[in-house]
Amino acid sequence: MTTSTTLPRRVSYRFSWVGMIGFAIILFWAVIALLAPHITPYPVGEIIDEDYFGPISSKLLLGSDYLGRDMLSRIIMGARYTVGISLAAVCLACFSGAALGMAAAVIGGWFDTLLSRLLDALNSIPSKLSGLVVAAAVGSSLPVLILMLAVIYTPGAYRFARSLAVNVNTMDYITVARTRGEGIPYVVFSEILPNITGPLLADFGIRFVFVVLLLSGLSFLGLGVQPPYADWGALVHENIGGLPFGAPAVIVPSLAIASLTISVNLLIDNLPKKIRDRST
Amino acid sequence: MRTYVLGLITNRLGSSALTLLIVSFAVFFATAMLPGDTATILLGQAATPEAVAGLRAAMHLDEPALLRFGRWLIGLLQGDLGISYVNNVPVAELIGARFVNTMRLAGIVTLFAVPLSLTLGITAAMFRGSVYDRIVTILTIGIISVPEFMIATSAVLLFSVYLKWLPALSFASDVTSFWQVLRIYAMPVVTLTFVVSAQMIRMTRAAVIDTINTPYVEAAILKGASRRRAVLLHALPNAVGPIANAIALALSYLVGGVIIVETIFNYPGVAKLMVDGVSTRDLPLIQSCAIIFCVGYLALITFADIVAILANPRVR
Repeated sequence: MTTSTTLPRRVSYRFSWVGMIGFAIILFWAVIALLAPHITPYPVGEIIDEDYFGPISSKLLLGSDYLGRDMLSRIIMGARYTVGISLAAVCLACFSGAALGMAAAVIGGWFDTLLSRLLDALNSIPSKLSGLVVAAAVGSSLPVLILMLAVIYTPGAYRFARSLAVNVNTMDYITVARTRGEGIPYVVFSEILPNITGPLLADFGIRFVFVVLLLSGLSFLGLGVQPPYADWGALVHENIGGLPFGAPAVIVPSLAIASLTISVNLLIDNLPKKIRDRST
Repeated sequence: MRTYVLGLITNRLGSSALTLLIVSFAVFFATAMLPGDTATILLGQAATPEAVAGLRAAMHLDEPALLRFGRWLIGLLQGDLGISYVNNVPVAELIGARFVNTMRLAGIVTLFAVPLSLTLGITAAMFRGSVYDRIVTILTIGIISVPEFMIATSAVLLFSVYLKWLPALSFASDVTSFWQVLRIYAMPVVTLTFVVSAQMIRMTRAAVIDTINTPYVEAAILKGASRRRAVLLHALPNAVGPIANAIALALSYLVGGVIIVETIFNYPGVAKLMVDGVSTRDLPLIQSCAIIFCVGYLALITFADIVAILANPRVR
């Protein structure tokens, strides 16, 4: 957003190779999630191995699960649920959090105080606990899961966006825009938002990791994605009986989660400073 | 200035109390939103209209939600946690012994995690940028990025499947010797220590590095003090507040970790009770457990903030 003509127009960001690896793995999972039904070697629900918790073989690349279903196919379909649900939830959380945060910073006064107080209080409920309470009260269908994850991570997104927006709000050009008679929506979306996009995107990535971890944790407890569907956490839950045998069916889904979350963290950590710390 | 500090602390305590009120409100209404009528669900087959009406009256279900919330809150304050839907036992009785178990687990973890994290965090900050520091940083980021159950399952794979040192996912009830206690606690404690320490190491390292970057430590290094002397004698005394703050904050990660660890290792604690309560939809039990965890979490965070206030010489 270097529209000023006095500045040299160099937008060439330098990515480190660690960040590139992270990005490549994220892209890999995104493609898998998109193409999932077309690339599974076997139908997801079909029992094809008479042995359960089968080892890695040339026929079943990642072994079989507790019923003798192909693990690779289940991981590939699981990517859909883990990535899809988390992405939907984090988009909702970051959008509403950022909108509310910027609005609070611009409007100020009692609106800001009230909203901040309320959301800070909600933020002090440990995330897994809210998950348990909601799962007990309304069950865990996919829409409920997405909405719940979004609500749990909205206060964090709000707090982050608000603190950034408060800094920008003191700038001269905001005062100019206000004196010009611009309304709140204009100030929020045309003056503040462009100046905090970078950090907001980095925050989006970090929050995505949180959502993936919480979703996996809940599914692991058997309270997240319900059968017949299974995300990666639910796959660990289903196959936990194979742990004493060291079955690949328990280990591989965990590795899939780890590869995704670590990659996002690596990418965010290695983002060019220009993107991450724009507001300072 | 003393009254000023006291004022700050009372202010903080007051805001915690208000937060707790909002939190309990949220917990109560999340569980009160249950689709379907509680009395009908509870009675099941025996749900004749008269029985349902009777139970509704007995449980005060006909009163407005706000009134029930008030009644519930007052009960909580008096130590009356309600009666379990599932087995008709006072919730307080169910929780009692298990609460001690959970606190014991948390206590043991704290005992291991704090010295370990302080050593690693401070030394990593001391040798910032070295290979050692990079290894510590990468390991902590790795642990923070993976779900807790992965650490637990890895511990089981390593210690009981490959090395065969410890029994796998079982929590034996017949404990006769100290050795057995040790074997039983080993894996839950190792898992939780990993989860909490990773956070604690990161925060401690950041706190110490913040003080190392100050002009007075730079001055100490310029006058010829060794790196060790500069960190231990000049930086560390000023980092005590932020470090204590980091410890309290990191310990709040126990709440999330304990839910997973107690479930996977079948540990008879409050978290396991709550997870079981969720599958049977035992609402009074869930509400009480949720409040207990929220109070614990809030207490740690409030404590961290108070330490930060006390440790800041500018307000003292």
